[in-house]
Amino acid sequence: MANSSHQVIGCLLGGTALALVLGLGALPLAAATPKDTLVIADKLDSSITMDPAEVFEGTSAEVMGDIYDRLVRFSEKDPSRPVNDLAKSWSVSPDGRTYSFELKPGIKFASGNPVTAEDVAWSLQRAIILDKSPAFILSQFGFTKDNVAQMIKATGPLSLTMTTDKNYAPSFVINCLTANVACVVDKKLVLAHEDKGDLGYGWLKTNYAGSGPLKLREWRTNEVIMLERNDNYYGRKSLLGRVIFRHVNESATQRLLLEKGDIDVALGLAPQDLDAVAKEPALKTTATPLGSVFYIGLNQKNPQLAKPEVREAMKWLVDYSAMEATIMNHIGVVQQNFLPNGLLGSSNVNPYKLDVAKAKALLAKAGYPNGFKVTMDVRSSQPYQGIAEAFQQTARRAGVDIEILPGDGKQVLTKYRARKHDILVYNWDVDYWDPHTNADTFARNPDNSDTAKSKPLAWRNAWDIPEMTRKADAAVLERDAKKRAAMYKDIQNDFRKTSPFIMLFQTIGVAAVRGNVDGFKLGPSTGSTYLFNVSKH
Amino acid sequence: MTDQAGAFQAGRAARSRLRLLRAAGSFLGVLVLTYLGLLAVTFVIGRVIPIDPVLSVVGDRAPEAVVARVREEMGLNKPIWEQFWLYISRIARGDLGMSLLTSNPVLKDIKRAFPATMELATAGTIIGAGAGVPLGVWAAVRRGRWVDQVMRVVGLFGYSVPIFWLGLMGLLLFYARLDWVGGPGRMDVAYEYTLTPVTGLLLLDSARAGQWDAFRNLLSHLVLPATLLGYVSLAYISRMTRSFMLNELSQEYIVAARAKGLSEARIIWRHALRNAMVPLVTVIALSYAGLLEGSVLTETVFAWPGLGLYITNALQNADMNAVLGGTIVVGSIFIGLNLLSDVLYRTLDPRTRER
Repeated sequence: MANSSHQVIGCLLGGTALALVLGLGALPLAAATPKDTLVIADKLDSSITMDPAEVFEGTSAEVMGDIYDRLVRFSEKDPSRPVNDLAKSWSVSPDGRTYSFELKPGIKFASGNPVTAEDVAWSLQRAIILDKSPAFILSQFGFTKDNVAQMIKATGPLSLTMTTDKNYAPSFVINCLTANVACVVDKKLVLAHEDKGDLGYGWLKTNYAGSGPLKLREWRTNEVIMLERNDNYYGRKSLLGRVIFRHVNESATQRLLLEKGDIDVALGLAPQDLDAVAKEPALKTTATPLGSVFYIGLNQKNPQLAKPEVREAMKWLVDYSAMEATIMNHIGVVQQNFLPNGLLGSSNVNPYKLDVAKAKALLAKAGYPNGFKVTMDVRSSQPYQGIAEAFQQTARRAGVDIEILPGDGKQVLTKYRARKHDILVYNWDVDYWDPHTNADTFARNPDNSDTAKSKPLAWRNAWDIPEMTRKADAAVLERDAKKRAAMYKDIQNDFRKTSPFIMLFQTIGVAAVRGNVDGFKLGPSTGSTYLFNVSKH
Repeated sequence: MTDQAGAFQAGRAARSRLRLLRAAGSFLGVLVLTYLGLLAVTFVIGRVIPIDPVLSVVGDRAPEAVVARVREEMGLNKPIWEQFWLYISRIARGDLGMSLLTSNPVLKDIKRAFPATMELATAGTIIGAGAGVPLGVWAAVRRGRWVDQVMRVVGLFGYSVPIFWLGLMGLLLFYARLDWVGGPGRMDVAYEYTLTPVTGLLLLDSARAGQWDAFRNLLSHLVLPATLLGYVSLAYISRMTRSFMLNELSQEYIVAARAKGLSEARIIWRHALRNAMVPLVTVIALSYAGLLEGSVLTETVFAWPGLGLYITNALQNADMNAVLGGTIVVGSIFIGLNLLSDVLYRTLDPRTRER
């Protein structure tokens, strides 16, 4: 009797197993990606718009360099040097305030419409009028909703002028014009989709109106970004027919896909996966120092941290080289200045190292011979957590007892922006490729009150620096590039000693690439990873 | 006499109609209250978590003036009860609002994310219930013997091993080494260009379009995550089946059936399991509902663009329109499946039918 039930179940299980095996056996094997298509795995969840007037972070900002043109862009060979893109030539008036641009003739948008000076002027005006997050990169030259139509205007079909409110360093102005916010959009096409005077904002958020070597075919949030060749492009046509970004959040998953050849490039690998990839003969890695720095901020509202000796002592309590070799392996190099390498005026003076005795002496001088207790807010992801734990260990040796408060990225950021932290580990990416972007936030704090209009990182750490603010303001007006570089070096000399920022590392961007991919190189700034140069063999 | 009987019967019919109406009314009342409660709790959570929703819209770099303007535009300066009232009245008009993160209407986002989850959850439940019930029955019949012991270990393993680890190991073995299944993602990139989603249930879409190549590719990507989810629900379902069956097998009617000389197979499958099926339906329905909610870890490891990832990501960014929209969907699923299991109860158990 028991046997019969056994048989029934046996049959059932056997049947299921058989079905599974048959089903699996019939499935196709994984194939390599098509030859004219580049498949890239990346985290796509910080991409929230495709409108150049709004795009700032994430992969959508990265692809702007491929799908839109601007007056000037970074050179393909030296991605920190601006070269003409749509502009044929430009000049500055003797008073240093008016820039005149001549456009290259005969250029068309992907739509087929011609690129005119009116498109360029309107695109810049549109960014100012819409006033989204990156608009300040342009509005810092004195453009407002009311005056921008006079300040930036087309003077002929292929010529336009731009007038700034002060005589800024031309390098500063031109550098800012390489930013994504200065991308040129197809006025006719965008206005055809205008809704209630929104300048096409609702439409362009998820659509495309550019003239770059690649064009946007489709974007599905958190899933996929698909680009394809723009056959109307004025320069050398893209070697690839298609580029697909796939959202793959997990590093181990990215690695598996890469090893199998289901993707060609992995952009989000953790150090341990990069180690493994380096050993695979079919794969290679490519690294570029990025315009991004990691730092520890010491809030000056905390009376202990506000003492100059304590600030300095903390800088001697970090084991920079040990972190570089472990947590930051492949992904960062020590940088104790606020300007990342590659920017005008950057410095390689890195005097600090772990020195507990020196730190103890400084703490004793500040009145804390036995150290003190303090909290530290940290995003609960790597490498932040690793940095925090390592710092906690070394600081304890001088009696500084750090309690780590882990939190989600946005949660830590919310607290930071309200300057309610004691200590905090974070990173900072340059907004545009000019030293002023970091000087503006690390070394300028025009108003340290709680109701300040501008709240740079110096404000977030309540560091009141009228003298350094004046120096940074002077540097942005210095028209001689050499003198300007020297001014930033001078500010950083002071900053290293006195600031409440323990500058730690410059980020290295690393991509793992399959061996048959040629010409893939990460750019140092947002939008300078040029995929139109990539090919597969 | 006949008149009286007729009146009596008519009265009874009216009373039963009234009772039905009252039941329907109270059910609707409970439904509305459940939704209101669900929304109120989620809304409050969204407002007390220490994350500034404006950050998701403007990013960290925006100047203060832009931050202030967007905060005003989003109505975040209004008192919380007013914000809630505005939200509820919008919902009542069928408008779930826009997601801050994806800049799409929440409904559109959910329409895209939910089918991915549904495909996975349905396949997982079929595997979990299809194998879990027979295995549970088997373990109950062979109580204390090796089969039972093996099933206990299998169940414990399914409960206790983290699913992301199992997922990665599964990928390593079946995808990377053996090449039996497709990798992470719903399909190979080549099909991104050829397959047009209609319902979003891509298996269905490809079958309807007669694209059998795509169908096989989709299946090869689905099989591993579905088996994994199926295994976890199998662990639960088989343990529950075993205990329900043990309960039934110790009843007197089983002894009576045995005394009548019925075959053991008939006793187990027709008598005992049929009775055990009644509570089991609820177990299976709830485990299905749990999977439909989306499983964040599985979706992360398998790069599966489903509801779990969508809601989690929204919550981490305080994108409350998306979170609330997702909550309504998940709540509706639970309510719907509970209703369904109630109906099934009545079909399976004559005692719960109303006369």
